[in-house]
Amino acid sequence: MAEEYWRWTESRWTDPDLKWQDAKIITAGVDVGSVSSQAVVMLDGRLYCYGNTRTGSNSPDSAVKVMNMALEGTGLKIEDLQYTVGTGYGRVNVPFGNRAITEIACHARGANFMYGPSVRTVLDMGGQDCKAIHCDDRGKVTNFLMNDKCAAGTGRGMEVFADLLSVPINDVGELSLKVEDEPPPVSSTCVVFAKSEASGLLREGWPKEKVLAAYCSAMAHRVFTLLERIGMEKEFAITGGIAKNVGVVSRLEKELGVKALKAKIDTQIAGAIGAALFAKALVEKEGKKK
Amino acid sequence: MLANYGYKDGSGDFFITIDTDQCDGCGACVQACPAGCFAVGEDPHDPLRDEPVAMVSETQRKKLKYACAACKPASGRGPLPCVQACPQNALVHSW
Repeated sequence: MAEEYWRWTESRWTDPDLKWQDAKIITAGVDVGSVSSQAVVMLDGRLYCYGNTRTGSNSPDSAVKVMNMALEGTGLKIEDLQYTVGTGYGRVNVPFGNRAITEIACHARGANFMYGPSVRTVLDMGGQDCKAIHCDDRGKVTNFLMNDKCAAGTGRGMEVFADLLSVPINDVGELSLKVEDEPPPVSSTCVVFAKSEASGLLREGWPKEKVLAAYCSAMAHRVFTLLERIGMEKEFAITGGIAKNVGVVSRLEKELGVKALKAKIDTQIAGAIGAALFAKALVEKEGKKK
Repeated sequence: MLANYGYKDGSGDFFITIDTDQCDGCGACVQACPAGCFAVGEDPHDPLRDEPVAMVSETQRKKLKYACAACKPASGRGPLPCVQACPQNALVHSW
């Protein structure tokens, strides 16, 4: 059986200090991405629990699966959620969702929650797309640019390389930093051609860490050009799976001349956090109408 | 908000930027475009906005290079119908 080098660590977490029975507003956000899905539950706007898993071939099933994963062990059921917002690629397919909101708005809100009101530029490197977002101190989007036509700068691109080099994706970043001399980046921006180029480098005798360094460097530059287009305003934060790849992040920070804020929470749940916060805002808005 | 709709691929950068702070959802761009590149509706990226807003239609968003080709000939290119039609000057093309 083939080893699954693309398999990154799935996770779930519950805040042991919060009790949902005491909460007034219980909202949820579900981010069904093309590669990964996350579910977040918030109690009165405070992060209570979350789950992060691989999206399967069926979006509605993924939404239910990740929500149940988040709720595991809490005693809360899907029926107890007052309002759920779906986001991401599969947002309209969340069976228990009340509304769908695009991931751009949700990532800005989520980053504002995770990194604080000083964040102005958010870079989301997702499974199949890459977004550069400017936001204000309340997490409202003021400028955005998304590229979802091309795998360069996305998780899928990294999966291809992890698989090619037989390196588990969790280890790619650290391994790429073990090079003595930083090699030039892979010259192709297209992942398909970059893969061919990498095969050539391996045949020339390049060790794995050097090839990974070249690819991380190319990915960092690719993403840098996206940010250049809308401009960099500090503070800068990265969300999504590739934020956990220290090989790409460190090279990007070097090219930008700006350090990204570090998160204490799993960077992949930013979209779902934003969705849960929008859910709370919508509950409050509807409450005022009555 | 500056909404940059479009993409970057091996052949270049193709973005249409709509300044939603200026846009009032009048729909002039929808009428002016011969390729159906625009639509007006609820702002997908600002769920708390009440006013409708213009956006690039999802069917054309990832094909802008080709969708806009008719208005951007290699020579003799005039002002773009969509940009001219907008009374608020909210539209900009990146190419």
